[in-house]
Amino acid sequence: MSADVFNADDAERIIAAQMEQARVFYGEDAKGAAPLLPILHALQHAFGHVPPQAQPIIAHALNISQAEVRGVVSFYHDFKTEPAARAVIKLCRAEACQARGCERIAAHLESAYGLKTGARSHDGHISLESVYCLGNCALGPTALLGDDLIGMIDEARADALVAQARR
Amino acid sequence: MSVRVYIPADAAAKSIGADAVAAAVRDEAMRLGLAIEIVRTGSRGLLWLEPMVEIETARGRVAYGVVRVSDVANLFAAGFLDGAEHPLSLGLVDDILYLRAQTRLTFARVGVNDPLSFEAYVASGGMMGLARAQAISTDAILDEMTISGLRGRGGAGFPAAIKWRTVRDAQSARKYVVINADEGDSGTFADRMLMEGDPFLIIEGMAIGALAVGADRGVIYIRSEYPHAIHVMNEALRIARREKLLGAHFDVEVRVGAGAYVCGEETALLESIEGKRGQVRAKPPLPAHRGLFGRPTLVHNVLTIAAAPTILANGGKAYGDLGVGRSRGTKPVQLAGNVKRGGLYELPFGVTLRELVYDIGGGTASGRPLRAVQVGGPLGAYFPEHLLDTPLDYEAMAKAGGLLGHGGVVVFDDGVDMARQARFAFEFCATESCGKCTPCRIGSTRGAETLDKIVAGVEVEKNMALVDDLLTLMTDASLCALGGLTPLPVGSALKHFPEDFIRAPKCAAAE
Ligand SMILES: Cc1cc2nc3c(=O)[nH]c(=O)nc-3n(C[C@H](O)[C@H](O)[C@H](O)COP(=O)(O)O)c2cc1C
Ligand code: SF4
Ligand code: FES
Repeated sequence: MSADVFNADDAERIIAAQMEQARVFYGEDAKGAAPLLPILHALQHAFGHVPPQAQPIIAHALNISQAEVRGVVSFYHDFKTEPAARAVIKLCRAEACQARGCERIAAHLESAYGLKTGARSHDGHISLESVYCLGNCALGPTALLGDDLIGMIDEARADALVAQARR
Repeated sequence: MSVRVYIPADAAAKSIGADAVAAAVRDEAMRLGLAIEIVRTGSRGLLWLEPMVEIETARGRVAYGVVRVSDVANLFAAGFLDGAEHPLSLGLVDDILYLRAQTRLTFARVGVNDPLSFEAYVASGGMMGLARAQAISTDAILDEMTISGLRGRGGAGFPAAIKWRTVRDAQSARKYVVINADEGDSGTFADRMLMEGDPFLIIEGMAIGALAVGADRGVIYIRSEYPHAIHVMNEALRIARREKLLGAHFDVEVRVGAGAYVCGEETALLESIEGKRGQVRAKPPLPAHRGLFGRPTLVHNVLTIAAAPTILANGGKAYGDLGVGRSRGTKPVQLAGNVKRGGLYELPFGVTLRELVYDIGGGTASGRPLRAVQVGGPLGAYFPEHLLDTPLDYEAMAKAGGLLGHGGVVVFDDGVDMARQARFAFEFCATESCGKCTPCRIGSTRGAETLDKIVAGVEVEKNMALVDDLLTLMTDASLCALGGLTPLPVGSALKHFPEDFIRAPKCAAAE
């Protein structure tokens, strides 16, 4: 999850690969926006966000309007148009985790590390996002750090989570 | 001979250290010079016992839980490779009460097999459903589905066989099978556990569906919050192609969602696969007539399609013999939140909430009195203690003013503030609204503000009436269940827990 700088060649390569994959699988149905979500995921994976400079390239490649691309990017909570922090902690704030005290954990992250939802830690390396259910509802509070799922978070495990995020 | 040791690689088990336990078991065996084979499985669903380690013995599989890294050396010393007694011993897996009380059809292999061993899948009865389907006519397949009485497990409970027939009878050069693995409801994780624990069952189910309706492409739409499930499903698809279960005749790809609850609604999901904003389509046309890219499409929840192999293999009658009333078969119930024995329990329909929460669940995890139970996710009602005798079936839940939905049951103790929960329901609706209907988009924000005023003691009566009107409007004028059912959690909180909303005097005095 690095905030790599935008590179038009890489972006074009990523877009072309996803378009080809969609063409192979969906055949004639793959026209237009069909490969758009996989493209956005792949770009975000490569650059840590969906760079605004990539959007006209996508629009051109898929033969759709830039407004359409912008509309999709803004609709989905996952897609970010600004570089992300080095590590993103996604803390579940949905009902089952509420019932197990996720709000207390959110308060701890804020008071101990300045981690507020949608904002970065004091040192700028970590950011905190709210998500709504990670499918670990019997063992909450739960967070996702990269692809690591962390359950039964109490204050001590929250501290360990932040330490892991800093590494 | 090396001893087989089974350790879950399910995301929930991993979330509390299953990987570290597996590594510690491997290291300790190496240190002691003992030959073992570690098999990573899905989870049995007894999540409060995770990480749970099982040893294969002559008597059967013996379980130990909750196993922590610090217990491992001690377990070896006690002779757990022979299934010896130990304070963490749970005895023979097959004797564990919480498993014995279940009817595991869909989850029969989950926690038992290596989920990515196709060999183990076939050896444990996999592929029998598809084989039977291939041997009979599509009419006969549809008959089995009809007899089974299977209804959609995603929430709406629509009879599956009717959908299958509609898609089959539609004319088109291409048809799709789309599996809804968006599982957005808080308190639910059955789809995730099945994808991670027995992915071939889902693929076999899709192949049966495709055969019956004449589809040649399938899509599994998985929420991005499930990285492990995405990984396992992709691996399973690769293996299924190698084993010729998939191929040119029928192939499947995974599509990853992007953090939008409303994309669990089937038409928004189709829009999302098409690369658009996840906005709900007006029906008709039904997806069965004009679905993905305008083609006839069979859309099912993961659990619905995963019931098909069992139904075909054993016959629709055996499946339909389970359950109550018009709710046939089994329902994987997910018990979550503030409950002692949280997990997944596959049960025939009809168990009551009280049996589930107390007998199986053991009451609250905090040990404090239970105050509310939310059933069916963020759009489901909050039940107070006195309604806990409601059985978990589609009709009984609806009669009690709630819904069964995807089968998530979330327990709250007496620390819960129901006004806050009601506010959250409005807020969630506002954040996740696709924006098409005004009551859903604007009304929900308005609702949250109005609840704030009520709690602050401002013009309580007038604002109560306003909330009432809003709920009616949302119920009547929303295109889909996000706006249409948000009134359930809000309304049930207001109805059953009014004392949490009316706290006027202290605020009025302060001003
Ligand atoms: C807001 C909203 C969210 C939904 N989320 C899901 C979901 O996450 N998973 C699911 O299977 N169905 C979900 N549904 C229900 C689907 O629209 C649809 O009924 C279901 O996928 C059909 O499959 P089934 O007949 O097998 O249940 C949702 C519906 C609404 C209105
Ligand atoms: S009720 Fe809400 S989510 Fe559903 S279609 Fe209307 S605006 Fe979209
Ligand atoms: S509610 Fe937090 S993981 Fe499901």
